[in-house]
Amino acid sequence: MEEFINVGKRIPKMDAEEKVTGKAIYIHDLKIPGMLHGKILYSPHPHAKIKSIDTSQAEKLPGVKAVLTGYNIPPIKFGVYKDNVPLKANKVCSLRDEVAAVAATDPEIAEEALDLIKVDYEILPGIFDPEEAMKEGALLIHEEHVGGKEKKPTNVLNLPWRLIAGDVEEARKNSAFVAEDRFKVTWVTHCCMGTSGCVAMFDLKNNLTVYSITQIPSLEQRDFTDALAAMGLKGKKARVIKTMIGGGFGSKLDTYAFEYIAILLAYKTRKPVKIIFSREEEFFATSPRQPAIIDIAQGCTKDGRLTFRDIRMILDNGAYTSWGATTPSVMMMPISSLYKVPNVRYIAKCVYTNNTYSQAMRGYGNPQATFAIDSQLDILAEMAGIDPLDFRMRNANTPGEVTPQNFKINTCGLRECIDAVAQKLDWRQVRGRKDGRGVGMASLIHVGGGARVYKSDGCGTIIKMDDFGTVNVFTGATDMGQGSETVIAQIVAEELGVRVEDVVVTHTDTDICPWDVGAHASRTTFVAGNSAKGAAKKVKDQLLEVAAKSLGESIENLDIRDRTIYSKKDPEKKSPLGKVLRAAHYTAGGSMVMAEYFYDPNNENLDREFKGNLSVTYAYGTHGVEVEVDKETGQVKILRYVAAHDVGRAINPMLLEGQVYGGATQGIGYALTERLILQNGKVMNPNFLDYKMLTAKDVPNFETIVVETNDQFGPFGAKGIGEPGLVPTAPAIANAIYDAVGVRIKDLPITPEKVLAALKDKEKK
Amino acid sequence: MGKQTLSFTLNGEPVSVETESHLTLLQLLRDKLELIGTKEGCGMGECGACTVLLDGKTVNSCIFPAMEVDGKNVVTIEGLTDAQGNLHPLQKAFVEYGAVQCGFCTPGMVLAAKSLLDENPKPTEEEVRHGIAGNLCRCTGYIQIIQAIKAVSGQI
Repeated sequence: MEEFINVGKRIPKMDAEEKVTGKAIYIHDLKIPGMLHGKILYSPHPHAKIKSIDTSQAEKLPGVKAVLTGYNIPPIKFGVYKDNVPLKANKVCSLRDEVAAVAATDPEIAEEALDLIKVDYEILPGIFDPEEAMKEGALLIHEEHVGGKEKKPTNVLNLPWRLIAGDVEEARKNSAFVAEDRFKVTWVTHCCMGTSGCVAMFDLKNNLTVYSITQIPSLEQRDFTDALAAMGLKGKKARVIKTMIGGGFGSKLDTYAFEYIAILLAYKTRKPVKIIFSREEEFFATSPRQPAIIDIAQGCTKDGRLTFRDIRMILDNGAYTSWGATTPSVMMMPISSLYKVPNVRYIAKCVYTNNTYSQAMRGYGNPQATFAIDSQLDILAEMAGIDPLDFRMRNANTPGEVTPQNFKINTCGLRECIDAVAQKLDWRQVRGRKDGRGVGMASLIHVGGGARVYKSDGCGTIIKMDDFGTVNVFTGATDMGQGSETVIAQIVAEELGVRVEDVVVTHTDTDICPWDVGAHASRTTFVAGNSAKGAAKKVKDQLLEVAAKSLGESIENLDIRDRTIYSKKDPEKKSPLGKVLRAAHYTAGGSMVMAEYFYDPNNENLDREFKGNLSVTYAYGTHGVEVEVDKETGQVKILRYVAAHDVGRAINPMLLEGQVYGGATQGIGYALTERLILQNGKVMNPNFLDYKMLTAKDVPNFETIVVETNDQFGPFGAKGIGEPGLVPTAPAIANAIYDAVGVRIKDLPITPEKVLAALKDKEKK
Repeated sequence: MGKQTLSFTLNGEPVSVETESHLTLLQLLRDKLELIGTKEGCGMGECGACTVLLDGKTVNSCIFPAMEVDGKNVVTIEGLTDAQGNLHPLQKAFVEYGAVQCGFCTPGMVLAAKSLLDENPKPTEEEVRHGIAGNLCRCTGYIQIIQAIKAVSGQI
């Protein structure tokens, strides 16, 4: 076993002191001299024609510096499908449609000005159910949108998600048991504690700076550069500077109307413009995880080997398109590769409605798909008369396997995870009592070695050192609270033979930091970590080269430990790092100790059939829960919660546990309490009183089990762990409820009302 | 809109500030006094990010009228470190136990914990959970926050 100084240690998050003292600057805290405040007027109708807008009264209000509408802005298009514009003209398609915006000297004046804007609408009927919207002759959300071979107008997006492997029909015929069910999942939202916001400003040469809380700085920079071109400012520069981010969870993977509105207002007024969302806006005007209708069939042989998995899915895209529409690409992962299943078919459709538009959220579709797959696995196991534990063990993935989607599995600790959960819960003893208490488990696969979503999955790192041994690391990675700066510092310190406190990580400015595709797909530890490690290796080589001359020792005999370069042959030959650095800088014909490294993992884009080795390695895990169900009230209480994860290696076990605790807590919310209630497109519960996030009183004491498989491609063996913590939570709980009281709830969240209704139904039978 | 001069103790120091009568305590602290450590998470008194201590008890400053602090004692997160900038034991524990991720809920959470321990130095875990139940956190799942508070009360 290798001995590490920095890796594997419970090192506190580097910015924790700043945050715990209230000194950290979030977007809400930012003030720039002369700054104006922007506010947005939203449509009061989910579907309507705009007949006229009169902004004259608003413009006259003292303190108002600019009023914009869809009729006086340049043609900026944004979003994954480029189907959205910052301010809508002619037609609105949802209740979050931005119709006008104001910049004023004071937020209250801006708010007051919104009330003075008169908009005349012609109300159109709305369509809020994706199954309705798919029907022939349904009214169209975007009249110009056409699809299919005939290029006919349609609400179905031109994203034909379709994965076929093997022969599902044949496998179905040959299955001893087949389960068929419909599962449903609903809208839930990220609930970042810090609401959305930005500050946009132009310099005298019309170069743009945006203070932002994005998860994708380099891609946001590109989006803003495109916007500048659309504004007639082609060739002007966009710079993105991140403040502290008050939570991400996938909500900040795209650019949004409010950012373009701030840019347009700043350009119009020649002043910095700040837009900050209220909590109500955060609930109705940001993009949640979308609902899905999931029709699933799985079959197995007599002895419980999976034969096929067949899934059809309909996703509510909402009125515009962000990454929510691409979640089926990630759903394919558990559908094809969670447990060994030789024949797979998956067809998904994303459909425009007049609802709010959807975005990816932590897990990126995986929690939705896994809820259906792993709930139904228990149903199938029961049909086959096999303990769900044995059923999972029999079908568990193994190292060296190539899955039907052509994922190449290197390390895989799934069996260890299943086994560890079963042991902890005392599975054989406690299962099957049907006395109001029960146990359930579910597993996960997720990308653990990056994910080639774009043409590149790369991340750059620059490292420079000063005269005294301080290591400045400039990374493309984004920290939104998960601790990537700390993990990167640990990796660099380990590689360079220094201490974490010697390392300063800068990750906030596109003018300074190298390129990266963003904080998604649990890729940061793996990709940014490998990138940082590569740069540190190059810096180390430079240091050893300088030291070799001054110490009169050959490079291969030198190493660095605890800030000192020493000879492995002759321990007397040594030199502190600072001295070596000064020698490099001050010697005639000297050199600078500095290196860059770009790491782009050796993974593959999915091909036309949606097959390919998407990630260099895959993360696995199993969650097990014991619940108590109150038969009188339908309340579900979690008595024990065990989370076992194959993490490759824990670079920082404390931060890793934080990811698992936080993920599983979001997962329990998804399973039991959280639901964004939409009625005719309107969010009915845009506040924390009615949207039920878990509180400190609701969370169980999670028992975590870390399985270290030490992946050969990971930085010091590590895999990603950002998302896995919430993936198997809902099916594990649903399975435990079934074990406790014999009712199977197939739509989320599993509220007491649903449990009670199911119990009553069961009694009748 | 009426203006009034408020005099109160803020983080151990007397302050006197002229303020509009409609301001909330949060607006007074953040906008007038530039104490940005107090956060606005919801503006509706539901999430606890804006928690400050008023005569030792927690209040949601986002819905608390500024006028009502006249003559009283207010402690914000900025008042927890000592004059030399040393962290309060609770702040230290939050750092060391990984209780901070995005950090937006942290100032309010620390103050809720302080109020709890000032009143009840040896709370049970149930009491700890109850004491911070008005403070929402989306990142941590609360576990490491609970551990940090238990550590300060000598129970880990």
